[in-house]
Amino acid sequence: MSRKVLTGSYFVHGDWACAEGALAAGCKFYAAYPITPASEIAERMAVRLPQVGGAFIQFEDELGAMAAVVGASYAGKKAMTATSGPGFSLMQENIGLAIMTEAPCVVVDVMRGAPSTGQPTKAGQGEMMQVRWGSHGDYEIISLVPSSVQETFDLTVEAFNRSERYRIPTFVMVDGILGHMYERIEIPEPEEIDIVNRKKPTQTPEEYLPFKADEDLIPPMANFGDGYHFYSTGLTHDERGYPDMSIEVQDKLIRRLSDKIRRNEEKIIRIEEVDVEDAEILVVAYGIPSRSALKAVEQARAEGIRAGLLRLITAWPFPTRILEDLSSQLDAVIMLEMNYGQLVREVERAVKPTPVTFLPKLGEEPHKPDEILTAIRRCSG
Amino acid sequence: MTRAIEEHPLTGYLRIDRVPHIWCEGCGLGILLNSFVQALKDLEFDMDKLVVVSGIGCTGRASGYIKSDAYHTTHGRAIAFATGVKVANPDLKVVVISGDGDLFAIGGNHFIHAARRNIDMLVICANNFNYGMTGGQLGPTTPIGSRTQTSPYGNIEQPFNLSALAACSGAVYVSRWTTLHVRRLTESIKKGIHKKGFSFIEVIAPCSTVYGRYNRLGDGLDMMNDLKEISVIKHGIYPTEATIEPGKEIVVGDFVDIEKPEYSDMVQAFIKEQMEG
Ligand SMILES: Cc1ncc(C[n+]2csc(CCOP(=O)(O)OP(=O)(O)O)c2C)c(N)n1
Ligand code: SF4
Ligand SMILES: [Mg+2]
Repeated sequence: MSRKVLTGSYFVHGDWACAEGALAAGCKFYAAYPITPASEIAERMAVRLPQVGGAFIQFEDELGAMAAVVGASYAGKKAMTATSGPGFSLMQENIGLAIMTEAPCVVVDVMRGAPSTGQPTKAGQGEMMQVRWGSHGDYEIISLVPSSVQETFDLTVEAFNRSERYRIPTFVMVDGILGHMYERIEIPEPEEIDIVNRKKPTQTPEEYLPFKADEDLIPPMANFGDGYHFYSTGLTHDERGYPDMSIEVQDKLIRRLSDKIRRNEEKIIRIEEVDVEDAEILVVAYGIPSRSALKAVEQARAEGIRAGLLRLITAWPFPTRILEDLSSQLDAVIMLEMNYGQLVREVERAVKPTPVTFLPKLGEEPHKPDEILTAIRRCSG
Repeated sequence: MTRAIEEHPLTGYLRIDRVPHIWCEGCGLGILLNSFVQALKDLEFDMDKLVVVSGIGCTGRASGYIKSDAYHTTHGRAIAFATGVKVANPDLKVVVISGDGDLFAIGGNHFIHAARRNIDMLVICANNFNYGMTGGQLGPTTPIGSRTQTSPYGNIEQPFNLSALAACSGAVYVSRWTTLHVRRLTESIKKGIHKKGFSFIEVIAPCSTVYGRYNRLGDGLDMMNDLKEISVIKHGIYPTEATIEPGKEIVVGDFVDIEKPEYSDMVQAFIKEQMEG
């Protein structure tokens, strides 16, 4: 069973698919602290990583787990951690470190709801704003939101590729339902899975400036042990990696860290559109609720209502421009979230002045297609 | 032609382009850095295999002056980061150099767990009895009665004996020196670099600018003279017995040197077993 990619058909849950997606992408390091509903990812990684030559370590807390992931990334390994709400809060500190020192890594958040401990065994979409703004200072990140077990596998691979490409922590935001839900998935042959690896320096160690970016705003990355003898710090730093407290260097670095994502938004953003072309009523959803939304939109169409679905695949960067462009054709927007109003604020901003109806869900149960259909009918009537 | 400028013998090990360093005149941290770099030179250590990691604080700046791969983490997370490095690439030697507050207040949990795991790593702590960088506040090693910015009436908290904490948490090598014991410190660092497992060296380092000033201990030189009077070498005693009472007695020496299975080796062993199995 020591295959890196378990090609074939499997009936599995989202956490399992996430772990296997990581391995297929080349993940060789995993550090985490147990937490429901993400523990199954750790348990799977503990079994599988040694089989593929990787290392698993259970940490003393999430502060340390995230720091270790950054360390492993600098040591040249593709590294991941997974957690849920309370652990995600603790990770914010070193997520910031990964952003500032441009360490490629993947963070999975199997989401629940509510502040503090909340309902540990119940699902939610509670960290959709925290993932964007949870660490301090100005930055951009990439976050992906799967809506099926298959997509959890696919987007975990994608998350690694994007983190390596842009040297940025990339997030897979799985709602707790999906983490524990069983579905059939197909895992392709390894040759059919696209893999991106970080850009290595072509300079000699003497010439190498660890934070001098290429045209694409991304600096090539040497690994520890490669002989480059470079220094990296969470302090604001110049191209040599040396601390610099000047206005110029702060301005240049902070802009670059965000612009490397902003300039590539079109390449990064992914959405799924169903019947959007002539839609007058648009349902926006992501994760598990988007599956109910699809049903509701189909039923509305059968009733002759021009409804469409826009499903987010990337939550961040947010597809603001796409929604702005659509807004002129729309009479109404309906937003579904398993929280009390997070991404809906982005939607409202983008589609202004189109009215937005928000359907929140708190506590495990996702939206039922009927409730969504009722809202669609109300908007059309 | 004779060369006008003679190179400093440790140039190859230091980032000379970062001189002058940020440390105050009379601070013990320069001596610590010098000892560390001297140890590397004495060992002719392969600099491609060294990663120096530090946290935040005056001591935390040390990693930025060493010409190897080096990383300056968030406050308290140096050991956690270093653990990730070591597990990901066990061929690297990882050395953590940081302060008492960084390693034992905000980062204390990582310290005890890394020692418990016995992961191969040398941790050097500059114990200056306070938070130097932030202007001299109370820390986990501040002696009872000492004045700091946040213990203006004298400290009422019991301090840690760091070497004892390291030994009790599972470290396989533990020693304590002061910045006065340069030669002995350098020898201990060499041992610590060679030792397989979690090794800890506590270095009593004067912080003259803030700790010294609030406690009227004179300048850096006065503080060094003080260390000379009160330090007593006692090799081999268990560190719970090694008194650390600034102003009275500081016991220094090589305290612990034992063998135990090392964590990253064991990780590699079962990776090998699983891959072949
Ligand atoms: C999370 C966080 N909290 C607080 C600080 C502020 N801070 C910087 S250094 C430091 C204390 C450093 O003390 P120590 O580790 O003893 O180092 P020294 O300066 O004495 O060498 C503190 C509290 C910080 N950088 N990060
Ligand atoms: S404040 Fe204290 S510890 Fe920091 S550099 Fe000055 S003397 Fe050294
Ligand atoms: Mg200190």
